[in-house]
Amino acid sequence: MIYRETGQFKANYADDQALFPIAQDRYVVIAALIVAFGVVPMVLNQYWLNAIMLPFLIYSLAALGLNILTGYCGQVSLGTGGFMAVGAFAVYKLMVAFPELGFIPLVILSGLITAAVGSLFGLPSLRIKGFYLAVATLASQFFLIWLFNKVGWFFNYNATGMITSPPMTMFGVIITGPEGSPMAKYFLVATIVAVFALVAKNIARGRIGRNWMAIRDMDIAAELIGVRPLIAKLSAFAVSSFYIGMAGALYFAVWLGSAEPTEAFDINQSFLVLFMIIIGGLGSVLGSFLGAGFLVLMPILLKNILVDGFGTDSALAAHIEIMTVGALIIIFLIVEPHGLARLWRIAKEKLRLWPFPY
Amino acid sequence: MSERQLGDTILEVNNIGLSFGVMKVLDDISFDIKKGEIRSIIGPNGAGKSSMLNVINGFYHPQEGTITFKGETRKAMAPHVAASHGIARTFQNIALFKGMSTLDNIMTGRNLKMKTNIFWQALHLGPARKEELENREAAERIIDFLDIQAIRKKPVGKLPYGLQKRVELGRALAAEPELLLLDEPMAGMNSEEKEDMSRFIIDVNDEFGTTIALIEHDMGVVMDLSDRVVVLDYGKQLADGVPDEVRANQEVIDAYLGVPHE
Repeated sequence: MIYRETGQFKANYADDQALFPIAQDRYVVIAALIVAFGVVPMVLNQYWLNAIMLPFLIYSLAALGLNILTGYCGQVSLGTGGFMAVGAFAVYKLMVAFPELGFIPLVILSGLITAAVGSLFGLPSLRIKGFYLAVATLASQFFLIWLFNKVGWFFNYNATGMITSPPMTMFGVIITGPEGSPMAKYFLVATIVAVFALVAKNIARGRIGRNWMAIRDMDIAAELIGVRPLIAKLSAFAVSSFYIGMAGALYFAVWLGSAEPTEAFDINQSFLVLFMIIIGGLGSVLGSFLGAGFLVLMPILLKNILVDGFGTDSALAAHIEIMTVGALIIIFLIVEPHGLARLWRIAKEKLRLWPFPY
Repeated sequence: MSERQLGDTILEVNNIGLSFGVMKVLDDISFDIKKGEIRSIIGPNGAGKSSMLNVINGFYHPQEGTITFKGETRKAMAPHVAASHGIARTFQNIALFKGMSTLDNIMTGRNLKMKTNIFWQALHLGPARKEELENREAAERIIDFLDIQAIRKKPVGKLPYGLQKRVELGRALAAEPELLLLDEPMAGMNSEEKEDMSRFIIDVNDEFGTTIALIEHDMGVVMDLSDRVVVLDYGKQLADGVPDEVRANQEVIDAYLGVPHE
């Protein structure tokens, strides 16, 4: 009854190819944007903005990036942490060297740098597939982290080997580093994520997105109808790395404030983002957000329930948290291997028919 | 059918030889395809028919011989080059993009017609939007032609076999090919579906003027549809000619029915 297309007639292809052809979907997205930009900053306190919303949004962006590569183009990558590090170090070097450019152009620039690095590490994908490619991208993860630890130029030769974000302002408000206001940071990150989620959706539904999916589903047939594997795969690596690089830049400059490559961008990050897209849904923009939300919010929720609700010892709570999240991942994969986005789609299908079962 | 006027030669293969290691898959194959004709390649299992198609559209690179397509002679070309020169094909085992909808499959078939760069596509405005709509219209014409309007938004992986074959034909047609290679378009179909598919093949040939090279096992279909037939057996060329000639050829009969051993 609520979610029904009946009566929504499309008189031309432009309407039928709209971003959200069904009116109810449009309302949901508009409502989500109003909540994100109007309600959330009013209602949530600084702790919530800083400790929950920021990582959620930044991981969503990273998951979106990996989803472009793995979900849409079918190339498995375990190099996400390494590519995030590229973005972080790129934005650090740029912030120190060209602070006058402004923060957003620097983030986009560091995304572009990561895109170049990502395409380079995507070259093996032309020859190898599946698990073997995953192992090859794993090499990029270890190589990049090693590089950022060893070569002093990247961290400007400081003694600790850490990079610290210099304070940058936008419209007179500090938006990077620990002195930044959580509210301003939230608006900045939310805007970037919203814009680039739209961009991802547009690319995915156009020619380039279809070529990626063609390579994913049947690469030989794709080649025989004129999709060039070289271009399709490398463009997927480039666009994916662009997103992941921006996520890495925001992760370091806006959220952490300072970072050390071995800790902040290790292999666990790669796995975390991969789990996000598997749980959220491969090949779905919405799924990237759902997966990031699930894996960012679930541990915090569990911790709050255990420590504050039951008064559990915090070390014990941390262990229970890891076990529960692990168990939930397994349950999810068994119950719905196509992820949360698929559950949402099934719910919509049911709503279309409700209250009649057939 | 044989009285039809055929055009100039569009494709000519000369002395093609292809081997995998010591296995000789194709041995000294030569034939031509004329513009606007329906050309069948027949032969028993393992005769090298599919290999021949793979050679034509650049998926296999023959060790010997040359291919002349639209006056350009070459030994081999990359598949995407063949596609951009106007060769499209379907597969024996359906090779659709299973996770995508019928419409997206057909739209992917038009990817060579689309040119806008990633920045316009990211915005989905201006030229990218215009291009998308123009190609959507072309895709819809094919959907109408093949009578698959009802499944345009369905993921193809869930469609029944006969419809998948039809969508695959649609994807190949979307490229507006000059030469269409069909690898067993009627395999595993019942007689009704075969009739539909035969009708589509004739209509494609008639309405779009597409040249068709066809591999098929159903002799009734082959003899009715084709202008000329080439027969392969164990990688060798047994016969080449109009259906009636081929049907009467003793070697062909032997290959299909077997020779009595004394």
